[in-house]
Amino acid sequence: MYTEQVMDHFMHPRNMGELPDANGVGEVGNAKCGDIMKMYLKIEDGVITDCKFKTYGCASAIATSSIATEMVKGHKVEEAVALSNKAVVEALGGLPAHKIHCSVLAEQAIKAALADYYTRQGIDYRPILGDLEDHDCEHCGTCGV
Amino acid sequence: MQRFVYADNSATTSLAPDVLEKMMPYLTKEYGNPSSLYSFAAKPKMAVEHAREQVAKAINARTNEIFFTAGGSESDNWAIKGVARAMKAKKGKNHIISTKFEHHAVLHTLDALKKEGFEVTLLEVHENGLVRPEELEAAIREDTALVSVMYANNEIGTIQPIREIGEICKKHGVIFHTDAVQAVGNVHIDVEADHIDLLSMSGHKFHGPKGVGALYCRLGVLPQNLIDGGAQERGRRAGTENVPGIVGIGAAIERAVATIDERAERLSKIRDHFMDEALKIERSRVNGDRVHRLPANVNMCFEGVEGESLLLLLDANGISASSGSACTSGSLDPSHVLLSIGLKHEVAHGSLRLSFGEETTMEDADYILSVLPGIINRLREMSPLWDRIKREEAEGKKA
Repeated sequence: MYTEQVMDHFMHPRNMGELPDANGVGEVGNAKCGDIMKMYLKIEDGVITDCKFKTYGCASAIATSSIATEMVKGHKVEEAVALSNKAVVEALGGLPAHKIHCSVLAEQAIKAALADYYTRQGIDYRPILGDLEDHDCEHCGTCGV
Repeated sequence: MQRFVYADNSATTSLAPDVLEKMMPYLTKEYGNPSSLYSFAAKPKMAVEHAREQVAKAINARTNEIFFTAGGSESDNWAIKGVARAMKAKKGKNHIISTKFEHHAVLHTLDALKKEGFEVTLLEVHENGLVRPEELEAAIREDTALVSVMYANNEIGTIQPIREIGEICKKHGVIFHTDAVQAVGNVHIDVEADHIDLLSMSGHKFHGPKGVGALYCRLGVLPQNLIDGGAQERGRRAGTENVPGIVGIGAAIERAVATIDERAERLSKIRDHFMDEALKIERSRVNGDRVHRLPANVNMCFEGVEGESLLLLLDANGISASSGSACTSGSLDPSHVLLSIGLKHEVAHGSLRLSFGEETTMEDADYILSVLPGIINRLREMSPLWDRIKREEAEGKKA
């Protein structure tokens, strides 16, 4: 069901943990739906010098968050802003159709952490990231709970 | 070599070698169609009738009350749709009572009947996963056509008060069907003493082959046909008989029923040992009543972890198990069974079902216990939900 890349990132997650000196932290998802992703970014001079994640969820949730950290770590903030869920799926060699939402969550987790970073800098993130979706269970609607 | 532990016998079981041996002639040289007149077809025909006797004897039924089907789902569909439609046509009865935690073969059949205009009452199964007979009795109406309550639940293994339910149904003149797919071969079933009118079973749950099941239907109870066609099964279930499968279910039920007591004694010890040890894991719980429970069923939740991840890490250790999390149910909701006993979604997502079987040893259970805490710790270390649970726990203590 899963590609080798997904299983590799699930079995050997990269950059798992917390980042005490992070200057951008974002959390998306909720326990009721079965997945929560938390992203920690450390941004210096416009570059993401470190990135860590913590995820509660299925194998693809863990794998998408793991690979997302690799895709932004060491990269410029602008590149992280442009990270799409599609790129995450491609990097993993594909995801089953009903797991695509995990990649969306990974993109949103990175964006939420960036939004937190901009807010801490006194910058309005909306012109840069757009309006971030609300991930309350009541607004999600995908699982009908 | 890595150890392999199969702990998903509620999903399916191995085909017993002695059962296969009995099937082999009918997969090879004895291929005659039992409906044919010539002598070449006599042996397959006799084999089908012998299997019917074996199935009947196993549940204290008569041979002409046993009908072979393609499996548990067909038996459930036939019993429920067949009785409901017949009772509506003959007596104008339009109401069916069942439970919230039936298998989808029952629940989705009931959904289909709702579209035909039937009214369905689903009984609560409460936190222990047991139907309360007095609630069933209160739900029976003048127009109740059928009661369908599973014998034992497929996820949490709880065994329902079938005899009391049967007595209530008999008292009120309501037809009683039970989906006994998980129970047959694991507990003693007596359709007479239990007042069961229809009972569904599936061969591959007790070391028989896949693709064959049976429906017990009490004499005088006449569900409409589900599969129309030829005159097989006394005109009530068309289609050329699956002779090797039927021989297999007959042989399998005979051997299973003969060993119920010794297996129940051995496996319930393994089950109880497993649950007692696994409960030492922080924030764990057993789902479903511990006493009225299939001897080989373990169903537990571990907070802060998600079931699919848990299963894949168990699989990486050679352990085949099951979960009721959303990600393993193929939908976005966790198991309806776990929600029906009042679990919160976030707790239900962290469920683990182990179903032991005749091949399971205490060493297998100890092996699972040796890797499980490490796997759960590993997932909890990754889990922001676990962090939150611990934070709230600390705040609760302070308060």
